[in-house]
Amino acid sequence: MLARTADNLFWLARYVERAEFTARIIDITARLAALPKAYGGGAEWESALSAVGSLERFKETYEKADEPSVIEFLIFDPANQSSIRSCIESARTNARAVRTALTADMWQSINSAWLELRTLEQMRAPFERMSRERTDPFLDVVKAMSRDFDGAAYRNMLRNDAYWFSRLGLYMERADNTARILDVKYHVLLPETEAVGGSLDYFQWTSILRAVSAFTAYHWVYRQSVKPWLIADLLILKKEMPRSLVSCYDNLARNLDAIGNAYGVQGPSQRHARAMLLRLDSGNVEAVFERGLHEFLTEFIADNTRLGAIVAEQYLVN
Amino acid sequence: MVEQTFWDEMTGGGADVRTVYGRVNEWLKSTPPDVLAARRTQAELLFRRIGITFAVYGEKDAAERLIPFDIIPRVIGQSEWSLMEKGLIQRVKAINAFLCDIYGAREILRAGLIPPDLVFGNPHFRPEMAGKRAPHDVWVHIAGIDMVRTGEDEFYVLEDNARTPSGVSYMLENREVMMRLLPDLFSNHRIAPVENYTDLLLNCLRSVAPPRSAGEPVVALLTPGPYNSAYYEHSFLADRLGVELVEGHDLSVRDGVVYMRTTQGPRRVDVLYRRIDDDFIDPLAFRPDSVLGVPGLLDAYAAGNVTLANAIGTGIADDKALYTYMPEIVKFYLGEEAILKNVPTWRCREADALKYVREHIGELVIKEVNGSGGYGMLVGPHASKAEIAEFEKKLVAQPDNYIAQPTLSLSTCPAFVENGVAPRHVDLRPFVLTGAEGSRVVPGGLTRVAMRAGSLVVNSSQGGGTKDTWVIEDA
Repeated sequence: MLARTADNLFWLARYVERAEFTARIIDITARLAALPKAYGGGAEWESALSAVGSLERFKETYEKADEPSVIEFLIFDPANQSSIRSCIESARTNARAVRTALTADMWQSINSAWLELRTLEQMRAPFERMSRERTDPFLDVVKAMSRDFDGAAYRNMLRNDAYWFSRLGLYMERADNTARILDVKYHVLLPETEAVGGSLDYFQWTSILRAVSAFTAYHWVYRQSVKPWLIADLLILKKEMPRSLVSCYDNLARNLDAIGNAYGVQGPSQRHARAMLLRLDSGNVEAVFERGLHEFLTEFIADNTRLGAIVAEQYLVN
Repeated sequence: MVEQTFWDEMTGGGADVRTVYGRVNEWLKSTPPDVLAARRTQAELLFRRIGITFAVYGEKDAAERLIPFDIIPRVIGQSEWSLMEKGLIQRVKAINAFLCDIYGAREILRAGLIPPDLVFGNPHFRPEMAGKRAPHDVWVHIAGIDMVRTGEDEFYVLEDNARTPSGVSYMLENREVMMRLLPDLFSNHRIAPVENYTDLLLNCLRSVAPPRSAGEPVVALLTPGPYNSAYYEHSFLADRLGVELVEGHDLSVRDGVVYMRTTQGPRRVDVLYRRIDDDFIDPLAFRPDSVLGVPGLLDAYAAGNVTLANAIGTGIADDKALYTYMPEIVKFYLGEEAILKNVPTWRCREADALKYVREHIGELVIKEVNGSGGYGMLVGPHASKAEIAEFEKKLVAQPDNYIAQPTLSLSTCPAFVENGVAPRHVDLRPFVLTGAEGSRVVPGGLTRVAMRAGSLVVNSSQGGGTKDTWVIEDA
């Protein structure tokens, strides 16, 4: 297939996944912000910006990280390349370019979210603050878009390179998102050996689980109350958890192998993904904490970004 | 009819709105009724979609009914709550001490504080449990204490529920639905969370597991099955706890150990959070016709191989006749005055009390000692002469069977009803969890609201609704 088509499919999937993650971050931030200050609250909206990796960019244009400005920045701001608006717009532009490689359902899921967004924007008076009563239903639309898009791809797409490249985008973005949300909260995630002070951090921990839809899953995996080191274990090392780093890398390695097998050539991206999978597969949470969770995650994010660059070099921009 | 005045939690009876209600009041003033109506419809759709329904026995087409939900939150200040919380924990501590004693040394009877026939003649007393100890001396792990408020600082306990109290799923789901429904109202309040209830419950259940050499304790939730009116709650809690939802026939007892049948063979169960009444829990020990229970469960319990939450026989502590002795019970075991008041109660079994009750029958509420759900009672101020005469005959024939209380001026809260926002009477059921490491209460509880104007009956079987309860930081 054309390198450009593969590139479009890859980024299309990434943007859809990123839009959903941003919607989830806004959801849980609103939850945390409604807790009494005594529960460790205060800087929730700023922390939301860190979780999506946009704090610096935000500070360039906005003064105070409060609810209205962060929601504006994360949902609507066209100048923010990672705002939900920008993600959907980019996804749609990419989708148009590869319209024939997509199923009709995949295109429609993105296009209808785009139309919802346009309606919302057209109804808005100049400089009007968007109420949560209006933005919350839109966030539901964004999450539904991603489910639709993903489900349609999984059910209906031919298992060829078009599918594999689109999956690469999905899992690479997802791994990045999971690592970031963990990293934002790494200071409340302590190893088992360290005494945990009070239950105030509980809501910070559960917000991580909620952000990746793992609140119920956690209890089924561990059958005990929420413990910070087990959250790290679940989201880094548990293969049965679809958003864990190891599960993302399992999928990345598999889809890269599929591409390699189809093309009859294995290359640096296959090797890099497999090496990362091996490291995660043989790791344990004690070792992660021993090195330092923050250090581990920083390195992971860098390695994940590197995989993106290697894939691009090997397949997308040649 | 006796005219009564009621204390309103938003206005406090005065012209000004109480501080805790400031922002709710502004929201109510600035929100047009059609928007409120739209939110109510939306709430109903959400509850239907989640599937949070309850069954009313004997109503064919109402097999899956929704409890009416009122979208205006009830607001309680942190300092008011702290006092209530202390009182709740104290009360449950006393209840547990009482149960240890009644099924143990029976010192309270020897001290002459409670008439023995109230205990031994009580249908909820389980002689089978005499001489048995509960792990960590906790009998009531989950208690639902029904409270009413009549003024700024006037809180009363109406009823202790020490058997299998339900309603906590409404407390949790009401909050979730409110967050979706009224995000803007949430974004200008800071509200104490309730979502950690199931985590606290799991900790509490695991803390009382029998000591065992290997592995983490296995907890399961025992339900009577999908036809039970509270089945939604059972499945909801099992899911949130991450434990199996079992029915009687999923379990068996071998050599005094409880096992559940799994795809990988029998698996040992250490703690059963049971939502089946004592009567049905073990056909070998109690009702032989029960098909809901587990034969041999009581033996397994006696052998110390399984913990039941709540323990068998706790009904003796939530009986209406024993309720009247709660202030004495608190004092006897803890050496403290009860923080939460009892509603003043006349025990008709005592001659003086009976005399008073007959003289003031038109002003009092008279209840059957073992009745529940608002059945079999006389509400004096609302009854006709003939009804009173009829009831008095029953009372005189069997005074032991009745207690009498003044008609309480239950507080009101704003509710959104057919013709707009109006005050409606409410009560509150907070849930107290007790494990090996003491008691915890999540802030708030289930507020039940009488949706009909003037009605004091909040029971869902009598058309009562629920609303979300917010404990907020003091301004």
